[in-house]
Amino acid sequence: MFLQQIVNGISLGSIYALMALGYTMVYGIIRLINFAHGDVFMLGAFIGFALSTRFSFSFFPALLMSMAACAAIGMGIERIAYRPLRESSRIAALITAIGVSLFIEYTMMYFVGARVRAYTPLLPSSIYTFRGVIFSFQQIVIIATTVALMLLLNFIVLKTKRGKAMRAVAADMDAAQLMGIDINKTISFTFLLGSALAGAAGVLVGIYYNSINPLMGSMLGMKAFIAAVFGGIGSIPGAMLGGLGIGIIETMVAGYANSMYRDAAVFLFLIIILIIKPTGLLGSSSGEKV
Amino acid sequence: MPILFWLRSPKTTRARYFDTSKGEKMKRTKNVLAMLLAIALVLCSCGGGNTADTGPIKIGVNYELSGAVASYGIDSVRGIQMAIDEINAAGGIKGRTVELVIYDNTSEPAEATSLAAKLMEQDNVVACLGPATSGSFKATIPSAQSNKVPVISASATADKEVTVDANGNVNEYVFRICFTDSFQGVTMANFSANTLNAQNAVIFMDSASDYAKGLAESYRATFEALGGNIVAEEAYVAGDTDFRAVLTKIKATNPEVMFIPGYYEEAGLIIAQAREQGIDIPILGADGFDSPTLADLAGKEALTDVFFSNHYSSLDESQSVQDFIAAFKAANNDVAPNAFEALGYDLGNFIADCVSRAATIDGEGVKNAIAETTNFVGVTGSFSIGADHNPVKAVVVIELNNGEQVGAQRVEVSQ
Amino acid sequence: MDVPRTVFTKRNLVWLAVCLSIYFLVFFLRSYGILGNYHEITIAQICINIMLAVSLNLIVGFTGQFSLGHAGFMSIGAYATSLALRSRPDTIGFLIGITIGSVLALVVGVIIGIPTLRLRGDYLGIATLGMAEIIRVVFLNLKITNGAAGLMGTFRAANWTWLYLLTVMAVLAINNFVNSSHGRACISIREDETASEAMGVNTTAYKIIAFAFGAFFAGAAGGLYSSYFYFIKPDLFGFLKSIDMLVIVVLGGLGSITGTIISAILLSLLTTILQDFSSVRMIVYSVILVIIMLFRPQGLMGTVEISHVIDKFARKDKEDANTVS
Repeated sequence: MFLQQIVNGISLGSIYALMALGYTMVYGIIRLINFAHGDVFMLGAFIGFALSTRFSFSFFPALLMSMAACAAIGMGIERIAYRPLRESSRIAALITAIGVSLFIEYTMMYFVGARVRAYTPLLPSSIYTFRGVIFSFQQIVIIATTVALMLLLNFIVLKTKRGKAMRAVAADMDAAQLMGIDINKTISFTFLLGSALAGAAGVLVGIYYNSINPLMGSMLGMKAFIAAVFGGIGSIPGAMLGGLGIGIIETMVAGYANSMYRDAAVFLFLIIILIIKPTGLLGSSSGEKV
Repeated sequence: MPILFWLRSPKTTRARYFDTSKGEKMKRTKNVLAMLLAIALVLCSCGGGNTADTGPIKIGVNYELSGAVASYGIDSVRGIQMAIDEINAAGGIKGRTVELVIYDNTSEPAEATSLAAKLMEQDNVVACLGPATSGSFKATIPSAQSNKVPVISASATADKEVTVDANGNVNEYVFRICFTDSFQGVTMANFSANTLNAQNAVIFMDSASDYAKGLAESYRATFEALGGNIVAEEAYVAGDTDFRAVLTKIKATNPEVMFIPGYYEEAGLIIAQAREQGIDIPILGADGFDSPTLADLAGKEALTDVFFSNHYSSLDESQSVQDFIAAFKAANNDVAPNAFEALGYDLGNFIADCVSRAATIDGEGVKNAIAETTNFVGVTGSFSIGADHNPVKAVVVIELNNGEQVGAQRVEVSQ
Repeated sequence: MDVPRTVFTKRNLVWLAVCLSIYFLVFFLRSYGILGNYHEITIAQICINIMLAVSLNLIVGFTGQFSLGHAGFMSIGAYATSLALRSRPDTIGFLIGITIGSVLALVVGVIIGIPTLRLRGDYLGIATLGMAEIIRVVFLNLKITNGAAGLMGTFRAANWTWLYLLTVMAVLAINNFVNSSHGRACISIREDETASEAMGVNTTAYKIIAFAFGAFFAGAAGGLYSSYFYFIKPDLFGFLKSIDMLVIVVLGGLGSITGTIISAILLSLLTTILQDFSSVRMIVYSVILVIIMLFRPQGLMGTVEISHVIDKFARKDKEDANTVS
């Protein structure tokens, strides 16, 4: 049973991690809790759904198209709603993010309805048993995709020029600008990466849980953001660790303690971590910019 | 500026939002334009008076069209709209058309209170339908009582303090046409203990829903009174998608049945994941299970050995049920109705029936007509309104096998 | 009577007259039936929103401590009042409930504030959000609060008089606090915590005081809410409720009580107007939110108060008068 719970926790955690990556990158660079990220994720799920039902795309084309579409949407949101507020207070940007999030949710609800829909089965749902532990093919795909995307992201951020620019902007926007880095392009690129990941997560979650609806992003987004904070916001391995951590804590509390208190326990852990180490598990200790 | 208080919307904006037929995009664009125009109008004028006796009969619709439980509200209104459209197409009531005044209470009880007052005081409706959930419905009771306009819900199932207040007095203007939670909980507990001969049951409930809480409590009480044993009681939160942790835990307790008080959105996923985890015991639920989406979410094979209590079965051969299902499918891309839509449809027909029987077409007259209802024949069963303003109707326990309804057992229990 | 003369300044008397005339205006409109129950509900929502938003503004706008958990404090006051009213359905029960609720919210505010207020910025926001969620889950699981089914009141104790009285008292108390030396200390924390500490301000203590004070009035607002709207359940006090309050505060202007009041009134009226457009109301609301933020990121009033504006005009008039004569 314990091993089974670990498997459950890891598969749940990798979904949180995939979404936490987007939050952590955006927050790392412009210090904005991008509430709309969860909704981009929802759009990703719906785009994948539309592609697979209307045009009968298979898994990989649907995933890639959905990632591309979400990347464009994410960049668009940044351009229209966040860029004009870059010089304003961060709380104004936060309220804007909330506004964008509500806008996406309710516009979607207006056009597709509030009902839960079942997803197109793009991946086989075969189940394997290994020493009493049950896991599915979909779980393997999700974990593999998460790890692959995280490695790719780490490579982009650490080894490419664009990644270097991102890190420079995150460290000090003004100094980066003085060094000739195009801030706008770099931030756009960050949104592109984050939103593409959200799109991928949307399709994967749609397939894995077989259920999508216009409000699916807000709840999962919240958890994923907590995972990002838990792991240390701004840190890519931190998002991975935080996602897995939150997934496993949830599973363990629900599995061994009282499932009624699952969410409360997650928050309690988060607060304790924050009090002990205010920047999260792997967060840089540079502190917040004043 | 008191002008702001006398806002009244032009009729165009009360068009049918829930029509899913073709050309809706055009209509939607028009709606948005109409709304912008209306805002402009509102800024420079205030509305006119009401015509009480000759114009259309106004019925208020106060439902959750956005927010956490939007899907229940939207589905209910779809059913109501369908019924009223049919009635208007057939010439209305006593030569007058029925006009629905539809408002969105955003799933907030305070908003439901405000809208109930608005419908009764500003729009002068003769009755208010909804809200869908018990909490929001309760919030409209004071307005109904003080304005003497009846409120009726098709899905507010809470046992306590709905039609009867905390002191045991019947709320004169409050009615419902659905079962109470305890009714279904008792039915399913009896079913588990007597029909399935189960000794050990688990309850896996939606912890944030009053509906689930009510069902779970009555199930637990009845099942234990019948000598059964609740071996575990677990909870999820509406909107959850991953239930494997709790299911793994439940599996270890070796129950004989699992009761899931909650709605199909999560129940479908729970059933799928339970079967995946090798939990092949019978799974029980209540009318929250009734939706074609349940089979989509759970997958057909997983929906075997699943039983739930409901108002009616699609196997019911009566003409009205089959006609309704056919008409609904024709209007909604071949999607079968769920419980909210069927109950909404009945609610629409029920209120029309009451209005046509009412001595005077006002709150008082309609209230009396509702209270006197005997043997109203609806899709979700025929019922009379009892002295406690709850319907007296039978419950059906439906068995699902491979995603299809294979059996429907009628249970007569007095509420 | 040994009353300090300063209380009866011309300025205070004018404000008193304004407050009283608003009260009697609404009172008479109510009694002549020009304002119906429906309007009173809107007014109640406005009053409760003002209390919530002004108390949140004390924490976020004046002291600069990001809080996303204000709904948690509101729920404490709401549950306490509802429980008191259930055991004693009259005005005394209401007053007992709202007092206990507010004090309880204050105590919880201190308990939560001590560990979390060490955090800064968004981290504090997340921690307070977590605290509010924990409070909500506790209410969901307690027997006395009836869990998810919520509590139904039987007696509406709050009427226009109580709503108005409590709102004015809350606004007055917070306004006076902000304008006292303690309030100045809080503002100095917002402006620069390090510098403020260097000047000898006990920043931790003031942060906790502001937090607890805000929690107190949020509790009172919750009490008003549950006694006016009868029905409460844990879901009402979730994350979105806190966000709603934050939206009012930011829209009005962080650090402006007048702005908060104006934006609470405007947003409540906007919601009322949008009731007629049920299918697109949330879309319109969100678009308006984004547009206001894009064009006026400092909020409607910024940090300016109406009294500043009036004073400025008064001074200008005087100057003009001087130059003319």
